[in-house]
Amino acid sequence: MYRIVTKRELVPHINLFEFSAKEIAAKTKPGQFIILRVDEKGERVPLTMTGADPEKGTITVVCHEVGKSTRQLGQLKEGDCILDLLGPLGKPAEIEKFGTVLCIGGGVMVAPLYFQAKAFHETGNTVIGGIGARTENQLIFENEMREVCDELYVATDDGTRGYKGLGFLEGLLKERKIDRVITMGPVLMMKKVSELTRPYGVPTIVNLIPIMVDGMGMCGACRVTVGGRTMFACVDGPDFDGHQVDFEELMIRLKMFTPQEKLAFLFQEEGGRSL
Amino acid sequence: MSKPKPKIKKEVVSMPKQDSKERSHNFSEVALGYTRQQAVAEAERCLQCVKAPCINGCPVDVDIPAFVNLVRERKFDEAIRKVKEKNSLPAICGRVCPQEEQCQASCTLGKVGDPVSVGRLERFLADWERERGYEIPRKSASRGRRVAIVGAGPAGLTAAADLAKLGYEVVIFEALHKPGGVLIYGIPEFRLPKKIVEAEAEYIEKLGVTIKMNAIIGRLYTINELLEQFDAVFVGTGAGLPRFMRIPGENLCGIYSANEFLIRVNLMKAYDFPKYATPIYVGEKVAVIGGGNSAMDSARCALRLGAKEVKIVYRRSRQEMPTRAEEVENAEEEGIKFKFLSNPVRYFGDERGWVKGMECIKMELGEPDESGRRRPIPIKGSEFIIDVDTVIVAIGNTANPLIQRTTEGLEVTRWGTIVVDEETGKTSKEGVYAGGDVVSGVATVISAMGAGKRAACSIHRHLLRKKRMQQRKGS
Repeated sequence: MYRIVTKRELVPHINLFEFSAKEIAAKTKPGQFIILRVDEKGERVPLTMTGADPEKGTITVVCHEVGKSTRQLGQLKEGDCILDLLGPLGKPAEIEKFGTVLCIGGGVMVAPLYFQAKAFHETGNTVIGGIGARTENQLIFENEMREVCDELYVATDDGTRGYKGLGFLEGLLKERKIDRVITMGPVLMMKKVSELTRPYGVPTIVNLIPIMVDGMGMCGACRVTVGGRTMFACVDGPDFDGHQVDFEELMIRLKMFTPQEKLAFLFQEEGGRSL
Repeated sequence: MSKPKPKIKKEVVSMPKQDSKERSHNFSEVALGYTRQQAVAEAERCLQCVKAPCINGCPVDVDIPAFVNLVRERKFDEAIRKVKEKNSLPAICGRVCPQEEQCQASCTLGKVGDPVSVGRLERFLADWERERGYEIPRKSASRGRRVAIVGAGPAGLTAAADLAKLGYEVVIFEALHKPGGVLIYGIPEFRLPKKIVEAEAEYIEKLGVTIKMNAIIGRLYTINELLEQFDAVFVGTGAGLPRFMRIPGENLCGIYSANEFLIRVNLMKAYDFPKYATPIYVGEKVAVIGGGNSAMDSARCALRLGAKEVKIVYRRSRQEMPTRAEEVENAEEEGIKFKFLSNPVRYFGDERGWVKGMECIKMELGEPDESGRRRPIPIKGSEFIIDVDTVIVAIGNTANPLIQRTTEGLEVTRWGTIVVDEETGKTSKEGVYAGGDVVSGVATVISAMGAGKRAACSIHRHLLRKKRMQQRKGS
């Protein structure tokens, strides 16, 4: 059993959890993820880590309530426990001194992006941040990102705050020498970022969490085509070269269980009585 | 006066099974097991050969004639004790061992009729004991030495049991949330109920073994870090990396690896969705690619999940299928269809990205290859199309690579399996032993257990030798 040490609602339906998990905390590096299971009947849910505190023995994740399992997690309180916590999974992100690193995050993934931005900052890179959300009141981790970025651009899809969409990116790529781009967020956003950086030849790393079951290379559910080859995101990734990823295939595969997910959600709404 | 010759009973006592029509819609166990009377009657068929060729067929050397004789005498508690001298997982082996290729293959009675049903008797005894509560065997006094086992599958559990009985402090590190390895994630409930795997794993814990779940070695700890805390390490991580054919369209929606399909169904209980939250999708027309146990298991699960038509597409012929005979029979009774000498070459998708058809090519059999089976060769121009909406790729697995990638100085083959001395399970790294599918590639539960036993024995010898050397230095 793994205890929730801290729970904080960042914005409605997006919560930060700090779990007591001493052994995992000691080994966690930016870019890695965990798989958790709330209870005996729960799914194995992969979540990219937002941080780890080896001294305190805790790891942090930020989770958006989008389906049955993430909502179930969202309903837990400080002091509650979850049944299983497996990690750290996946290869750690490549953190080196590249020069100027652009970290672009969207939605809930801004939180784990912060973990990488911080590491790049500590390694002596110039870190430019670009964070976004659908609308102004969905924006998370702005203050945290401001602390570790030399410059921070804020954007929203609907223009309620900062730039509208990825408008700021083109200008940056034209005017500045960017050595590396890291992007974490919705697949469509990562795809757009990769397309924008491609003509400039800037290495662009995307962090992919497709549908997964075991997270240790056994099931092959998370297969993605990268440079024409099939890779398993859980063990070969989760970071990949964004210019090589087949995003269309990934977006289709992510929707594979949508009807079932809706059914599970309804089942939960009904308190498990019907069906 | 000569003794009257006992009459040889040529026919096996059949084991009751769930009706095939009924069972193809549920996940309850297919075979129901012998009653006491049936077990005794079957045991009475045994000729009690002095040479006991059956024992040579058993990878863990169970004294088969002795336990069968005890069943005949109705001394069930002594009989199970006899089995467990060598085999700590009898309820599992009685259900999933390919007995017809092992102990039963060399049974003398098999030359004139059906061999003795060693597996069914083993299963009967194990179930008999489990219902009454386990007897915990006497252990050696603690040796003050610790052994780490990586992986709670058949090899790891067996090695752990043997080492615990010898007085070692044993900790198993298991990456999944339940112990059992392939027994829990791979083999379906209707063939091996999970409560039986849980019970046998609990028995191993009662021997004093600690099983640490959600602990992925290679990420949480490296082998070198384990060696700092333990006197020896056994690696039994199995062959869990699924193979794909790398043909066009293989990543379309609706195409699973057998591992994904079976993990969802077995470990995560997707057959009870949405009560259990893990979903599974099964369409009406299912094709399963491959001819092994996972192919058979996937096909039978798909049928139980509501598929209208399930076809096994296999590139060789029936004779070459490496499946347990009883399960092929069961599958056929349930209505699984077979398409032999055929192999997919590409998949077609619909506009939403879901598989809707596959092109196959017919095969013929050539000369035997390294596996001893005749090699399938495609027949040019023989392509044909099968309509499918779900495909399960069950063409085998390769060794789990995480330990190999994260352990310096561990010799590995070009297939990614760990190199060991076959007799001892010793790897190229001091104090590290390995066995089971991570060494052999995909094999049987019992051969993995055999490897676990051999490794446990040589770990014991290694640690005794080390102790003697330390004592000599000390004196």
